[in-house]
Amino acid sequence: MDPFEVEGDSRKSNKPKYSKFTQQELPACKPLLTPGIVVSAFSLIGILFVPIGLASLSASQEIVELIDRYDTSCVPMTDKVGFIQNSKTDKTCTRTLTVPKQMKSPIYVYYQIGDFYQNHRRYVKSRSDKQLRYKEAAGLTKNCEPEGNSADGAPIIPCGLIAWSLFNDTYTISVNKKAIEVNKKGIAWQSDKNNKFGSDVYPSNFQKGNIIGGAKLNESIPLSEQEDLIVWMRTAALPTFRKLYGRIEADIMANDQLTVVIQNNYNTYSFGGSKVLVLSTTSWIGGKNNFIGVAYLTIGGLCLFLAVGFIVLYMFKPRALGDPSYLSWNRDILD
Amino acid sequence: MPDKDIRRFDANIRLFPPFIDNDICPLTINNTLLQSCYLRNTEWACGVAVYTGNETKLGMSSGVPEPKLTAMDAMIDKLTGAIFLFQLTVVVVLGSAGNVWKDTEAHKQWYVKYDYDEPWYQILVIPLRFELLCSIMIPISIKVSLDFVKSLYAKFIDWDEEMYDLENNTPAHAANTAISEDLGQVEYILTDKTGTLTENKMIFRKCCVGDTFYGNECGDALRDVELLNAIANGSPHVIKFLTVMTLCNTVIPIKSPSGSILYKAQSQDEDALVNAAANLHMVLVSKNGNNAEIHFNRRMIQYEILDILEFTSDRKRMSVVVLDCQSGKIILLSKGADEAILPCAYSGRQTKTFLDAVDKYAQLGLRTLCFGWRELESEEYTEWSRSFKEANSALNDREWKVAEVCEKLEHSLEILGVSAIEDRLQGGVPETIEILRQSGINFWMLTGDKQSTAIQIALLCNLISSEPKGQLLYINGRTEDEVARSLERVLRTMRITSSEPKELAFVVDGWALEIILTHYTEAFTELAVLSKTALCCRVTPSQKAQLVKLLKSCDYRTLAIGDGGNDVRMIQQADIGVGISGREGLQAARAADYSIGKFRFLKRLILVHGRYSYNRTAFLSQYSFYKSLLICFIQILFSFLSGIAGTSLFNSVSLMAYNVFYTSIPVLTTILDKDLSEKTVMQNPEILLYCQAGRLLNPSTFAGWFGRSLYHAIVIFLITIHAYANEKSEMEELSMVALSGSIWLQAFVVTLEMNSFTFVQLLAIWGNCIAFYVINFFISSIPSSGMYTIMFRLCRQPSYWISLVLISGVGMGPVLALKYFRYTYRPSAINILQKAERSRGPMYTLVNLESQLRSDKGNMMVPISTTPVKNKSSVYEPLLSDSPMASRRPLASSSFDIFQPTHSRTSHPRNIKAN
Repeated sequence: MDPFEVEGDSRKSNKPKYSKFTQQELPACKPLLTPGIVVSAFSLIGILFVPIGLASLSASQEIVELIDRYDTSCVPMTDKVGFIQNSKTDKTCTRTLTVPKQMKSPIYVYYQIGDFYQNHRRYVKSRSDKQLRYKEAAGLTKNCEPEGNSADGAPIIPCGLIAWSLFNDTYTISVNKKAIEVNKKGIAWQSDKNNKFGSDVYPSNFQKGNIIGGAKLNESIPLSEQEDLIVWMRTAALPTFRKLYGRIEADIMANDQLTVVIQNNYNTYSFGGSKVLVLSTTSWIGGKNNFIGVAYLTIGGLCLFLAVGFIVLYMFKPRALGDPSYLSWNRDILD
Repeated sequence: MPDKDIRRFDANIRLFPPFIDNDICPLTINNTLLQSCYLRNTEWACGVAVYTGNETKLGMSSGVPEPKLTAMDAMIDKLTGAIFLFQLTVVVVLGSAGNVWKDTEAHKQWYVKYDYDEPWYQILVIPLRFELLCSIMIPISIKVSLDFVKSLYAKFIDWDEEMYDLENNTPAHAANTAISEDLGQVEYILTDKTGTLTENKMIFRKCCVGDTFYGNECGDALRDVELLNAIANGSPHVIKFLTVMTLCNTVIPIKSPSGSILYKAQSQDEDALVNAAANLHMVLVSKNGNNAEIHFNRRMIQYEILDILEFTSDRKRMSVVVLDCQSGKIILLSKGADEAILPCAYSGRQTKTFLDAVDKYAQLGLRTLCFGWRELESEEYTEWSRSFKEANSALNDREWKVAEVCEKLEHSLEILGVSAIEDRLQGGVPETIEILRQSGINFWMLTGDKQSTAIQIALLCNLISSEPKGQLLYINGRTEDEVARSLERVLRTMRITSSEPKELAFVVDGWALEIILTHYTEAFTELAVLSKTALCCRVTPSQKAQLVKLLKSCDYRTLAIGDGGNDVRMIQQADIGVGISGREGLQAARAADYSIGKFRFLKRLILVHGRYSYNRTAFLSQYSFYKSLLICFIQILFSFLSGIAGTSLFNSVSLMAYNVFYTSIPVLTTILDKDLSEKTVMQNPEILLYCQAGRLLNPSTFAGWFGRSLYHAIVIFLITIHAYANEKSEMEELSMVALSGSIWLQAFVVTLEMNSFTFVQLLAIWGNCIAFYVINFFISSIPSSGMYTIMFRLCRQPSYWISLVLISGVGMGPVLALKYFRYTYRPSAINILQKAERSRGPMYTLVNLESQLRSDKGNMMVPISTTPVKNKSSVYEPLLSDSPMASRRPLASSSFDIFQPTHSRTSHPRNIKAN
């Protein structure tokens, strides 16, 4: 033992207490970016990414998607806005589609709107979650301006721009001239129905203003059962989005003729937005999306390329690890 | 009026009746007791309090310490300012773009229902929304994190066992917790000498009596058998020598009750001499008035002290005239510096032995004194005594007159010998200075001591080298002209020899310094920049502070270290003040930012604590900007998809938690990060240059982090919006994917940028990721929250995990590749040492690198001193280039105007030595 230490005990020692933490001596591993580690990291990423990419790409390819943009062909060439805003005109429009491949149930029916800014700040904030949930909160319409209260001051339920602009095109689908049911139950999130929209909250004063925004609601059905509204109120983050319209619980064979009767009510013509009907099957990856697969394959390939590149570089320009002669203050002497 | 000059006090006193002698008497500094002086060996003193409180000399000269700001903090502030400007630009540009979009496009978007006739102030709404979105661009958390890590740096210093001084039982202490990073950026160290470099303990070591050297073999004359024998045999030379040691001083012996004798001396040297003589059996027993009693070999010898010819710095010697009461002989005993005593030897006496002895001792760093002796004829003494009394009572030029009279007596001395006293250097001082200088720190020694001692100590502790390797340039002179000429000469030599492998240093004394600081600051500044080493002798506390100020004004980071009250001002003035809690009390330690027990701890303080602190803060601060920018860039990108209306992609809870929890905790563990082991740093102190030059935190490294955050934001955003397109583009889900992506990436970034991982770091980084999910699961289970069920929903989707892996891969791949490429093909010195540390076992590294560096050491000075003065812009060099010279910054290439006309005069190098 250190003789001083014995002495230190007798007169109160100020010596700092030893611990690995206080002395900054905690055992540590110091990984270095050696060529071996880096090359194997990149190879590993490559080897991992390529199969994932292939799997997601094939999953995406398996999905059968039927896309029909109908907004342009369902209105006359001139004065589209006038046509759509006129409530008297008949807006029925019939589209015929051919199914390229067999579609297994469930087949999801989406409507896709383009260039519609559901994420606009003025729009996205214009709702009252409390009012949607609780009967007593009917008057909480402060956030909903300019669709908070009706002209006579009564609160609109559901209030706000989002609800007001509810999508109101409808689709009737028949396969080979035989009508097929589009199930509109269970298209909204169960959690929304249970916890976000009240089962005792009924629409009132809705779409009673001068300007009609979108769909009207049946005032005898509580909000928690208004699934179209619930789906719509899950605002989209991107200006082009798809929302679930319904489900077809039957298979559709290849080359079947699909006839869709569309009530083309919704005005996207003012701002030049598109309206698309989408029928799609699904897989583990969700809807059809080649992006992930392609991105994985590209990155995986690049990583493998980099790994090979680093190996080649290392062979042609080897660097001794930690040669002190590379130290600048030593190098200057060598020069 | 009160002033702060401790060498002056001008006043008159006139005593009124009943005092008989009521003429006006002049009062000088000699009649003054300064505040905080101790009255020793004096029973009482009678006086008048002239100044009190802040009007005392001490009060006047203690400046108000300014709050200290580290260079890093200044840099961080600058970067914050830049980010603020960037933020304003973003706000203005996007705000106006938003307004334009609103006017052209948004009115067509009927569902947004804009009014056509809004009040004018609506034009401010969108810019203000962007301001809100971008407000987190400047991380508020950085201040909290920095304060936290800084206090831990300080704690690490307090806790450091290796900086604990066993002898005095004092641990190191950081009084100022905010400036640890500055320790790693020190460029100049200004050090006090006595008590800082030395122990302030004088010990008699060697002597040369007659022609014999004592104490050469064993290094301690007191144990030299030959000397002891000579004493026992009564060798007359030795006895005379001892007599001078015992009597020629102003020491007062005090008998303690236990019978032992304590000596009270003003000068530590005299104390050492008397003590040594006592050990050699010649004991000064008592001094009563003029009678001195000496015990020698059980004999009592009585002397009467007739006159004391006091020591002055001009005379550089003191003498005592004593009357030997046994033999009745009158003897003159002299001691003093060699150059003051040896010329007074009686003619014919060869003084070469003594000159050699002095040289030899001086080279060992010992303080030498020569002793002389002469028997006086009683007539001669009586005559001289009269003139001495006359001179002593002269009113004008007293000092000069007394000196003249003394000269009359101090001649034809019999030179007895030379004594050598050691003011021991503290342990490890030369090594510490060597290492710190190797790391590119310049040393200035500021001492109140005299020039020769200062030079000796400087030689001894590696501060300067002797002739062939180094050269000492003197600046002195009594008048302005002399000083100016001398300064110019030195400066010219400095310029010429700056390309030679020579260690140049200049010496300046307090007088010349005073003139220089008032008249030739500019020239001196240039000199200060050129010279790596300087010795300033006989400087006052306020001059010390002035020098610090001068260096600071050239934008150098200064560290002042001292131990006494006279260093307090310099310590307060410097960027970093270090106090040594030593024999001169705690005054300096109390005023200092850091107090340490021994000088040698300084290297650990700077190289280990300072360097780590710098590195850690550099990472922490830039990372804080990175993560804040990352989230802001995502928001900005999102605004292009949301009609430039300023919609926030993330909900407020996430935004708040992002800065406070998700991203701040992992990076705090950087306080345990070590890029290089302490050993490696100590062996390669040059690595400190990276910190000094601010290579790890500057606009260019910051630009790297800025770019990285932009890149990562783009990666996260693009992958998220493509993977979560169409039917998945639900706002809450998409925002959660982007947020998770940011969290994943930041975990990888921290992992990649950390150099060493203790379990704390691993726990913090990956525990944080887990905590992120736990927190979000929790929030997702609250029905009223906007995020209700979102996280559960996402975690069940394979595409969520696939997207995150993709984000991590795309985000980190290029960063890793780039880092690897730099690391291998453009390595910084730090990288090389990291690899060296790894590739050879720790032991092998030790030997190998050390020998490598040793062998280069001779040359090493070359590149450092050859590069004249580097361009300041080199501070902003990217990490890739690692010229160690970047630390030497230029001073305006001042053409040094005052001396322009004299440039034409030929200057010979030998002139330098002329003075």
